[in-house]
Amino acid sequence: MDLKDKLVSSFLAFENNVDVHNPVHDVRTEAIKNFETKGFPSRKEEAWKYTSLNSLQKIDFSIFPKKESSLEYKDVKKYFIHQIDTYKIVFIDGVFSSNLSETTHDGVDICLMSSALTKPMYKAVIDVYFNKVASKDESLTTLNTAFSREGAYIYIPKNKVPKKPIEIIHFSTGNDVALMLQPRNLIIAEENSEMQIIERHQSLTSNAVLTNCVTEIFAAKNAIVDYYKVQNDVDSASLVDNTYVDQKDGSHVKVHTFSFGGKLLRNNLNFYQNGERIDSTMKGITIIGDKQHVDHHTLVHHIEPNCESHQDYKGIYADSSTGVFNGKIIVDKIAQKTNAFQKNNNILISDKATINTKPQLEIFADDVKCSHGCTIGQLDEEALFYLQSRGIPKKEARALLMYAFANNVLESVSIPELKVRINKLIANKLGVNLGFDL
Amino acid sequence: MLKIKDLHANVEGKEILRGINLEVNAGEVHAIMGPNGSGKSTLASVIAGNETYEVTAGDIFLNGENIEDLSPEERAHNGVFLSFQYPVEIPGVSVTNFMKTAINESRKAKGLEDMPAKDMLKLIRDKSELLEIDRKFLSRSLNEGFSGGEKKRNEIFQMAMLEPKLAILDETDSGLDIDALRIVANGVNKLKSKDNAVVVITHYQRLLEYIVPDFVHVLYNGKIVKSGTKELAMELEEKGYDWIKQEAAV
Ligand SMILES: Nc1ncnc2c1ncn2[C@@H]1O[C@H](COP(=O)(O)OP(=O)(O)OP(=O)(O)O)[C@@H](O)[C@H]1O
Ligand SMILES: [Mg+2]
Repeated sequence: MDLKDKLVSSFLAFENNVDVHNPVHDVRTEAIKNFETKGFPSRKEEAWKYTSLNSLQKIDFSIFPKKESSLEYKDVKKYFIHQIDTYKIVFIDGVFSSNLSETTHDGVDICLMSSALTKPMYKAVIDVYFNKVASKDESLTTLNTAFSREGAYIYIPKNKVPKKPIEIIHFSTGNDVALMLQPRNLIIAEENSEMQIIERHQSLTSNAVLTNCVTEIFAAKNAIVDYYKVQNDVDSASLVDNTYVDQKDGSHVKVHTFSFGGKLLRNNLNFYQNGERIDSTMKGITIIGDKQHVDHHTLVHHIEPNCESHQDYKGIYADSSTGVFNGKIIVDKIAQKTNAFQKNNNILISDKATINTKPQLEIFADDVKCSHGCTIGQLDEEALFYLQSRGIPKKEARALLMYAFANNVLESVSIPELKVRINKLIANKLGVNLGFDL
Repeated sequence: MLKIKDLHANVEGKEILRGINLEVNAGEVHAIMGPNGSGKSTLASVIAGNETYEVTAGDIFLNGENIEDLSPEERAHNGVFLSFQYPVEIPGVSVTNFMKTAINESRKAKGLEDMPAKDMLKLIRDKSELLEIDRKFLSRSLNEGFSGGEKKRNEIFQMAMLEPKLAILDETDSGLDIDALRIVANGVNKLKSKDNAVVVITHYQRLLEYIVPDFVHVLYNGKIVKSGTKELAMELEEKGYDWIKQEAAV
């Protein structure tokens, strides 16, 4: 049975384990219908031209984990930003792990989607926000919606700031030969609230994992959401990450995506600016090799006047790796005085590596500042000689130049310990130890 | 210290160096002058190991050892330093981090531990004071947006940090104002000893008043066509290169 059929028939089994009378289930039912009609996206679609899900669909994924697993903190500590205290929402094979987690209801809600979707006390919030910004049309998003049951639920009320950053981590243990996960996150920042979130998907074995994740973020007036995606998974794990952001007046939402590992990574980041004086920032560093594939698809929809968006993606591609950057900016007719900036710079360090980069601008207003620039280059030989002539060996000199190339993306990382961690991951990835953090 | 024998070098199939012979001993200062495009920077790059240039004949010996097969970093570890005519801008790497990396990589090559952070700081402080470089400068990206003179001063700061055996200064004086020229020359003179040597490439007599050469060579058309003492530099300043070109044509 192919993966689509398996998913559609699994929906029946799924229905035995959820409350089908809950209005949320009407949303799911609607969603599975859409997926059943559309199926997995194919390369015939413009948005999937360079990313194929064909080989993944041939794998016989379990749709639900066969049994519950547990992990010891000491064995997975290194995947956390353990140098600092954080709230933690941790899942093992898709199931919430209370012993690895630290949730809270103390003035803010940092807890579980499963509670939010079922408990009456959250009903009012779910009615207003659940599946409101996520696409009801895009097939993988609707697939996730159909199976939405578990994930992180974060609700920060007006004027509140959680005491510490929040980590959302999904581990897969390899108990199943191949496992498909579909986490669903809902993040709500009410007026003037603020939060920092770090998200990571980590497989612990070489068994196949496919994660199809959907995150909805709502940033109310003047709210600040600072979101970090750390993607450094093993070569048997693939991730399709769909993030939808709804922003209101004066809110700032930043998403940093660090893509260093995984078999196939597809990031769909969608920002909708439903207000004025909004700032949306998307930054990314991609460093991959072997046959890894990373695809960044971004969308910023400028709907109201006087807003800004900033995109800065850096990519370094080695071996036979492939990259895609597709940045779409839509500026509606009334969205005057929009400032929209987009940069995508790439270095190919092997003849076999490829990158497809494409800005897509649809500008209907006349008083806007828009800039975009894509570059694809090699390492600067003259700079390399300069560094070598000072006694820095070629390998280190190359790494230093690559660091320097990607470095400015890290400037806006607001958690110092995370910045150190990312620096280490980069050094690791480049196979050097430079003895300092840039 | 440095011995160059009948050195020929090409770039993109074009012969730039056409049989250079030069001997520089420890304790000496040599000046190389010559018209634009005669091959001075090419010679400096070839000594430092730039692979853009293909050595087609001849040999370079450093302390008696043929350095043909040494990479630029290995030459640096053996004490070669090139102050670039056009220092390269490297955004994203601060001067301080660059120097730390350079020093520790050289130490590593010699089997030494990293320099303790405290010593490193002191060294940076001492050398930046010597060259009257503002501390703020050191946290900026290497050469990025530096003025012409600032770049040159920064080159000599790097030289002072690395204490090379053989320093080749390629037009370090161009772009320096009068005060900076004095400061930079003073930095070079501080480093000079009987154990090391300096090769100064310049167009102007002025620098040679501060860094007094033992020998002056004229490079023309890929060859050293005339050598002399510091008086030769004064003669060139007065008369230009026409007479040299005529002599060479004979
Ligand atoms: N990378 C290169 N590619 C092509 N031509 C080169 C290259 N490097 C040097 N040349 C050529 O070689 C010749 C010598 O250049 P070089 O820079 O060594 O001259 P120079 O004596 O230092 O001149 P200047 O006094 O102007 O600095 C010039 O004709 C130059 O154009
Ligand atoms: Mg020159």
